[in-house]
Amino acid sequence: MDGPKILFRIPIYLPFFPFENGIPVTDTIVNSWLIILAVFLVCRILTHHMQKIPMKKTQLIAEKMVTAIDSLVESTMGSRFMRYAPYMLALMIFSLCGSLISLLGARPVTADFNTTLGWALVTFVMIQYNNIRAHGVKGYLKGFVQPIPLLLPLNIISEAATPVSMSFRHFGNLAAGVVITELVYSGLAALSTALLKIDIPVFQIGIPAVLSLYFDLFTAVLQAFIFCMLTMVFISNAASD
Amino acid sequence: MERAIILAASAIGAGLAMIAGIGPGIGQGYAAGKAAEAVGRQPEAQGDIMKTMLVGCAVAESTGIYGLVIAIILLFVNPLIGLL
Repeated sequence: MDGPKILFRIPIYLPFFPFENGIPVTDTIVNSWLIILAVFLVCRILTHHMQKIPMKKTQLIAEKMVTAIDSLVESTMGSRFMRYAPYMLALMIFSLCGSLISLLGARPVTADFNTTLGWALVTFVMIQYNNIRAHGVKGYLKGFVQPIPLLLPLNIISEAATPVSMSFRHFGNLAAGVVITELVYSGLAALSTALLKIDIPVFQIGIPAVLSLYFDLFTAVLQAFIFCMLTMVFISNAASD
Repeated sequence: MERAIILAASAIGAGLAMIAGIGPGIGQGYAAGKAAEAVGRQPEAQGDIMKTMLVGCAVAESTGIYGLVIAIILLFVNPLIGLL
């Protein structure tokens, strides 16, 4: 399995900067840019010339998506947290497109640990912010020595484990899909050479598509949903208890 | 020679790390069974049960994913060769 490839380097040289040859730009970053551009254009098209009484299909699609995420956020987090609905929709769409880009033959954006770690760190900051906001700095610090002060190290570890487990979960599912798909492809190529005595990997046609149904479609949709769901649950838990 | 031994040991270690997959398998199966029971008792709450079960399965999965990440690191990054 290959990691993300470095496509080019941005020649910026700063003192105390870890990259001597300029900032490396991998295909993950370029694919993310493409997804951001595509999602932006789709949003522009869907919300073009909005009317109070929708007459066009595009506006209806946009309204459907917004009402769906609004009802999901309201049922999971409560109506106090409706301001998080736009972020959740953006995260879900980005995660979904970032995983499903593998259907176009590109390397999935979420099979790079940097992407998921970035999202998980955003979630982590939001959890801590909501915790401090709900309980005050004193109550936040007091939460670490509950129920007894002996548990302080364990509480710190469990707080720090949240972004690690969230990012590893999303990355691991997608990376496992990439690894298994590659193994299946090379195995089928070897099988067709051994059975048919020709160098054309005939068995690679069609058979991996069945696996792709699970490892690309199902995993991508499920992980996007679960990442958003866990973010919402953690934020509302941090603000309530 | 040392390199070969380390590579072989890394491969064996990756295989052993994936034993971690047993736990999430049992846990997810248990969660799915309980969810099926719950749907049988209350078919009208199927959507909520499904959502809760998926999130619970995802959380139970994380220990298995830790094992997978360690296996991937051992196989493709080979950190132990740097210790030679």
